[in-house]
Amino acid sequence: MAQDDTQQHPLRTYFWIWGALFVLSVFSYMVDIAPLEGFAKWSLITLFMLLKAGLIVSIFMHMIWERSSLALTIIVPTGVLLFLMLLMILEADYIHSSRMIFFSS
Amino acid sequence: MASTAQEGKALPTGIEGFVSDWQSDQQVFKGVPWGKAMMWIFLLSDTFIFACFLVGYMMVRIAAVEPWPDVSSVFALTAFGVKVPLLLIAIMTFVLISSSGTMALAVKYGYQKDRNKTFLLLIVTAVLGATFVGMQVFEWAKLIEDGVRPWGNPFGAPQFGAAFFLITGFHGTHVTIGVIILVTMAIKVRKGALETGRPGFLTGRKGRYEMVETTGLYWHFVDLVWVFIFAFFYLW
Repeated sequence: MAQDDTQQHPLRTYFWIWGALFVLSVFSYMVDIAPLEGFAKWSLITLFMLLKAGLIVSIFMHMIWERSSLALTIIVPTGVLLFLMLLMILEADYIHSSRMIFFSS
Repeated sequence: MASTAQEGKALPTGIEGFVSDWQSDQQVFKGVPWGKAMMWIFLLSDTFIFACFLVGYMMVRIAAVEPWPDVSSVFALTAFGVKVPLLLIAIMTFVLISSSGTMALAVKYGYQKDRNKTFLLLIVTAVLGATFVGMQVFEWAKLIEDGVRPWGNPFGAPQFGAAFFLITGFHGTHVTIGVIILVTMAIKVRKGALETGRPGFLTGRKGRYEMVETTGLYWHFVDLVWVFIFAFFYLW
């Protein structure tokens, strides 16, 4: 629990996270250069993306030091977007298949 | 504004704290300046905007009948006679991450009331942000020269241009606004307006060092959005 409304954390923490973000960015760039295809490529891109996003939100934006009423207010609605994504994947697949049926000559 | 206790009692934490904060018929976000809580709410709404763009992009890409352009060669640059894929995008990514680091340090030194360091770090952040926008302008100019338009392009599915200009344009606008806020905040810090609580020129709000953190939240969010754009648009 934050006893105080200011956020004071050691410099070391910031430099570590900063370094980690650089390393993760290099990794995700290497995924593009490496001859990876399909599932291996997508899963690595997603993994590095989520790790970077997690570090930025939790440490740089101080989310892990906030009270859970604030943290959950932000994170839960964002998580619901995954459901939107799922629905739209289904919908887009359907559009694609109907285009293939009706527009291919 | 200590979060411990209206009546001297320690507040519960974790899930129990979440429930008790929301059930109490009073202020929900305890121990947080209102400006910061509202910035988080704003960022949540912005998250939904960018999510709509990215999901829309995902949809047109899945539904496109023509093949999607090979992004890593579309954005390749020739450096020293070698064609490097995504070179400019990689540099832009590193510039933005660097700016996020300097911003985090600015927030830290702000709370330590170290005016000089906070000012300098805010200016460095703003310069890195402006550099990012500059490189984006270069990227747009190059793509427009190559014949990419919102309604079509020579590389493949016409939806590519629409998604590219909408998403990177909206993000670039965010960075530009961020740079303006950063410079404004840097001037405030330099003048000592956050220390003396001098009311702002535009809003009349009293200056406080939490403002640096609130600015920081916005800036980190811009970096965060770029992480997703980089992954979904450029790498995928």
